[in-house]
Amino acid sequence: MAEMTIKGEYLRGIIKDNPTFGLVLGLCPTLAVTTSVENAIGMAGATLFVLMGSNIMVSALRKHIPPITRLPMFIIIICTFVTVIDMVMEAYTPPLYKALGIFIPLIVVNCIIIGRAEAYANRNTVKFSIVDALGIGTGFLLVLVIIGAIRELLGTGMIVLFGLHVISIPINPATFMILPGGAFMTIGVLMAMVNYGRIRKLREV
Amino acid sequence: MDNLFAIAINGIFVKNFLLVQFLGLCSFLGVSKETKSAAGMSAAVLFVMIMASTAAFIIFSYILQPLGLTFLSTISFIIIIAALVQLVEFIIRKYSPPLYRSLGIFLPLITTNCAILGVVVLNVRLEYGFVQSVFYGFTAGLGYTMVMLLMSAIRERINILHVPGSIQGLPHAFFITTLLSLAFVNFFGVIPT
Repeated sequence: MAEMTIKGEYLRGIIKDNPTFGLVLGLCPTLAVTTSVENAIGMAGATLFVLMGSNIMVSALRKHIPPITRLPMFIIIICTFVTVIDMVMEAYTPPLYKALGIFIPLIVVNCIIIGRAEAYANRNTVKFSIVDALGIGTGFLLVLVIIGAIRELLGTGMIVLFGLHVISIPINPATFMILPGGAFMTIGVLMAMVNYGRIRKLREV
Repeated sequence: MDNLFAIAINGIFVKNFLLVQFLGLCSFLGVSKETKSAAGMSAAVLFVMIMASTAAFIIFSYILQPLGLTFLSTISFIIIIAALVQLVEFIIRKYSPPLYRSLGIFLPLITTNCAILGVVVLNVRLEYGFVQSVFYGFTAGLGYTMVMLLMSAIRERINILHVPGSIQGLPHAFFITTLLSLAFVNFFGVIPT
């Protein structure tokens, strides 16, 4: 097995093990909160916080958690961090908290987090687990922001980020993109494009 | 407070868990390849949803709320669901081995199904009473079942088609879901708020 480097592990989380296109995990929040870039950033931030906390705790405790009870332990660790971020966001960013709705408590059952705890943090040192959480978190953020940007731009004709007009295009807004159907279509098209790139790469090799 | 009819229409059509609220998509895409397993999964989800909304309502309003422990709600809900799933698994294995053989493999998957935790959290957020909570769990499960069966029937038939390599599998499933979801969006506004 190749030597693990910090940079390599970080990039692996973004590209090869990208939570949405590589591992196909955590689709529910990916689709539900990407009606705007702002929500996408908020959701990815909350997920990154929980992922980071759970990866650190699990890898630090990995020698003390008996294998047979590891899943309930992971869930309790994850729950703790979700409760923390839930209360922090309710107190300091009420509009964002309202927009994300039930998807903040639902981070508990986001397969990305328990998947990383089981597949990575349970086997690696704290240092690499932090890098892994950062990598996967960045990958998740990128995907959410791309989907959010596409949907917000086509659905409302502009992107508004924290009160600032970032970009606007002169089109007739297609409300369809903001509706649930738009989310399914966007991710379908993106996934087909990723697959197309992969198939071409394989053919070249 | 909503009446039961409004809750039923909401749970099955207007706020369908899979197509409108995006809850439980992982199992939806994974299990909807054939009707038999889709039916098994839906039955298990429907059953656990009803049980979970009942148990969660009792624990939330008789233990957590009087003691001021509502910040523990997420952690207690997930433990309730995990324990319930285990219990249901034991009971079915003991009393109905044929049912266990068809449902058994889906039961462990349900603990991490966001639809179940979603219905429980929604019950609390919408401040539903006991009957409403249980009924919402039931109708949300019915909505899940309906879409699951529709999707699996479509996918079984569409499997025969030849589609380009990069669209095969998940992207194709997403395109089908887009069309289904568009149909369900037409239910918006059926219930005046």
